Amino acid sequence: MKKVYVNEDWCLACHLCEYYCAAANSGAPNMIKAFKSGKKPVPRIQVEEGSEVNFAVQCRFCDGKACVKGCIAGALSITPEGVVVCDENKCVGCYTCVLSCPFGCIVIDEEGHRIQKCDLCTKNHDGDPACVQGCPNKAIVFEER
Amino acid sequence: MNYVIIGNSAAAVGTIAGIREFDSTGNITVISDEKYHTYSRPLISYWLEGKVTDKNILYRDADFYEKNNVTPVLGKKVTKIDTANKTVVLDDGLSIQYDKLMVATGSKPFVPPMNGLDKVKYHTFMSFDSVKAIRAEVKDGMKVLIIGAGLIGLKAAEALSAYNAQTTVVDMADRILPSILDVRAGMKMQKHIESKGVKFILGTSAEEFSEHSAKLKNGVTVDFDMLIIAVGVRPNTELISDAGGKVDRGIITDMTQKTSLDDIYSAGDCTVSYDASSDTNKILALLPNAYLQGEVAGRNMAGREFRYVNAIPMNAIGFFGLHIITAGSYEGEEYVEETENTYKKLVFRENRLVGYILMGDVKRAGIYTSMIKECIDLGEVDVELMKKAPQMMMFGKARRLDKLGGITE
Amino acid sequence: MNPLFEVIRDPDRCIKCRVCERQCANEVHKYDPDLDKMISDPMTCVDCQRCVCLCPTHALKIRPNENQFRENANWSHQTMDEIYKQADSGGVLLSAMGNPKDYPVYWDKILLNASQVTNPPIDPLREPMETKTFLGKKSQKITYDENGKAHYEKTPYLELDVPIMFSAMSFGSISKNAHESLARAATELGTYYNTGEGGLHEDFYKYGKNTICQVASGRFGVFKGYLDAGAAIEIKMGQGAKPGIGGHLPGMKINDEISKTRMIPKGTDAISPAPHHDIYSIEDLRQLVFSLKEATNWEKPVIVKIAAVHNVAAIASGVARSGADIIAIDGFRGGTGAAPTRIRDNVGIPIELALASVDARLRDEGIRNDVSVVVGGSCRSAADVVKAIALGADAVYIATAALLALGCHLCRSCNTGKCNWGIATQRADLVKRLNPEIGYQRLVNLVTAWDHEIKEIMGGMGINSIEALRGNRLMLRGVGLTQKELDILGIQHAGE
Repeated sequence: MKKVYVNEDWCLACHLCEYYCAAANSGAPNMIKAFKSGKKPVPRIQVEEGSEVNFAVQCRFCDGKACVKGCIAGALSITPEGVVVCDENKCVGCYTCVLSCPFGCIVIDEEGHRIQKCDLCTKNHDGDPACVQGCPNKAIVFEER
Repeated sequence: MNYVIIGNSAAAVGTIAGIREFDSTGNITVISDEKYHTYSRPLISYWLEGKVTDKNILYRDADFYEKNNVTPVLGKKVTKIDTANKTVVLDDGLSIQYDKLMVATGSKPFVPPMNGLDKVKYHTFMSFDSVKAIRAEVKDGMKVLIIGAGLIGLKAAEALSAYNAQTTVVDMADRILPSILDVRAGMKMQKHIESKGVKFILGTSAEEFSEHSAKLKNGVTVDFDMLIIAVGVRPNTELISDAGGKVDRGIITDMTQKTSLDDIYSAGDCTVSYDASSDTNKILALLPNAYLQGEVAGRNMAGREFRYVNAIPMNAIGFFGLHIITAGSYEGEEYVEETENTYKKLVFRENRLVGYILMGDVKRAGIYTSMIKECIDLGEVDVELMKKAPQMMMFGKARRLDKLGGITE
Repeated sequence: MNPLFEVIRDPDRCIKCRVCERQCANEVHKYDPDLDKMISDPMTCVDCQRCVCLCPTHALKIRPNENQFRENANWSHQTMDEIYKQADSGGVLLSAMGNPKDYPVYWDKILLNASQVTNPPIDPLREPMETKTFLGKKSQKITYDENGKAHYEKTPYLELDVPIMFSAMSFGSISKNAHESLARAATELGTYYNTGEGGLHEDFYKYGKNTICQVASGRFGVFKGYLDAGAAIEIKMGQGAKPGIGGHLPGMKINDEISKTRMIPKGTDAISPAPHHDIYSIEDLRQLVFSLKEATNWEKPVIVKIAAVHNVAAIASGVARSGADIIAIDGFRGGTGAAPTRIRDNVGIPIELALASVDARLRDEGIRNDVSVVVGGSCRSAADVVKAIALGADAVYIATAALLALGCHLCRSCNTGKCNWGIATQRADLVKRLNPEIGYQRLVNLVTAWDHEIKEIMGGMGINSIEALRGNRLMLRGVGLTQKELDILGIQHAGE
């Protein structure tokens, strides 16, 4: 399946992916409204900064799917396309998936009540995921490998 | 092929998923003495608290059985496994033929003999029915006594706070959550829960119950309107032991989840697992463990060969907004960091991370979990970065690229 | 000193994402946690527009500081400012990129012709249109032997799919990623890029077929393998931005890779002398041309690049007689990573005039076919390219336009080494900002677009090949030019 991959050679740690991600998933019509309505939307992609390399991490849609298998509420599931999605109404915020994800890609929402994760922008966006579109240096790509 | 599954929780659902990966046509029958569609057992406290609806407590969608071509036989109890005829016998006398059988019977609340307990009404906290019973009786502001300061007892306390209950928790141990927290973390959590109005009386137990009050061994008397016993659970192993299968503290299986009996598998809280982090066999009563064991068993029942490895104790749980994630064993060299609201303990042994406790800040804990499960040598990671926070940066470039390429070991 | 620019931030749009802060190597922006606000110090702002371009909410703009000295027509703000700078530092002022002064741009005073009625235009979408061109000596005559077999002088040449090449920019003055972008683009476009005087990075030998290897007065990175690597060799005698002046790459930019490529110790200044110390005459130049040809088995054309200066026609004539296959002329608006401001702004002549007089001189002397002429120094568009070819050029060199395609916003601060676009810098964290995957595609896009436009313009004139356009000054008319200027350009005035 097509996944988001990050090439650490080109990641600038500008963090724009995080902002585009957070805004795209906030439900707000634009970035300004997303960040200026009192809430601080949390991105599902996280940039790690090092002294020489930087990269962003988001759901790897790995084979293990420990998050789905361990979900106590049955809130995480896999779509026919292979995308791991979270039913926000079912998530109770136990964080078993946070415990299970080997990449640390399940993030906790701004209120600390439930989790959110990358769904490749299948719910909110047209075309490539927002992080991919927002990356100014093509460090983030969406492709089949 | 006739697959029969006794049990209807995570291990059973895992088994169904495992079977259906490789066999889309075989008959699957799920038998449970509970009358409900598969529901999430850990959500019962959330249901009681009002955070989860009747619909959302379901572990899988309403059309789950239909979609997976499963015949549910609900509200019936299996009384016997007839290994000679390869049937299971139900309490209504009917018997069901199996080619492959899964015993995912889980556990039951353990209620130790206590003076006067036979004369008072008490609740356990294990099933949907048990919280429904509590829900029917609970009244705003009522006095609740919970015996047991483990995960179940404290989840009950949290749920009942939604009803402004005046809760007292009594435990024989001198600290709370001894099975998953160390002393320091236990104290922090205790302080936090106390700040939400729950009272703890530790290091003692009930000497005698009478109507609406319990006399403790330390001389204190606690009055209650509702009594909940949550001292522990015992695995349901009788079906296997009666059929002549090997049972220890739980049902014994091999790495394929097969019991000592032909064509009979077992998974979940009723089984003994191998804990890779401490190199010991123990019951790992954890939902992810149950599901994964079930999945492996199901694949093997469908004729494939899979082994269940890398099980470790692990818990993700929160009480009154304070979250903890723990995993592995705590025997070894420790690294501890503590702030007012957070606690972090990393435990190292044989140059590996073998266990951790995170409280308050649990972000990205799974990276630590993966280090334990994958037995990653500390020589391969930047230990200083690792101590700071779980992050992919701590891995060497090759392993990091490997991991971020989407490969899990 | 006053800041040159003002940083204007719209607080209603700013979401404090700090992208501006992270992207500014000049440390203009900073998040203040006490104020919970982004604050800006415009003092170090160079108006490179990086923050403006990356701001996800378009909350920023940079504009000239409105603060004004009491200037007059003679003492402009900038003139006064430069005096203050020199009074502070006691040093030569340095600048980057091309001459910014208000000298006439002749491209903009020349208009192109189009066909009507009698000589119908050609639709490039329907009919063949050739923008391929060849650079090098053209054989003067063909003879046939008794068997009817043709004989003519065979000399090495360059084949260009488009009459546009990327001119010399050294690895050192620009980043490795910029070089890779140019190399890959030249390869895909079927044209050439030029190493500049800094040698050729070992990773780029594979693009050799589309590489021109430059030999300059510093001889940095020149060895047999380097000369063999490219498709042609260019001897750099001068540069339009700083005629008569050498080069100076400060030691701080000489990192491991540049040191290896230039074959000089790490951290030492790379100084290119003003003259080649072995060239004091056309005869000396001829020796170097022939040495390089000999060294490369007479397989590669040799280019001699000179700056457009007053007596450029005579110099070009000499160069043509030195054995060079191609003459490159660089006009005074050509860019540079660093030049003394006074030189950049006051030395040299416009490329349009230089080209016209060189072409005329070579024709007059009957040696035009002995060499090809390539011009550079601010060709800004396809129209400039067409005008240059009609004035007599065989092809053009572009560099500033190529850098703009790579993200450059002409802030003219290359000399600081802190290029926020990852072009004129060697700081690893900044170099990374230019992903060659993006860069090369943008260069390909640019040149492809120009190629389309050239075809469109030529078609309009009823011309279907570069060969037919070259030196076709009848296609040009001057507007608002004096008779003297028209005479030099060899064109008539509009209306004539």
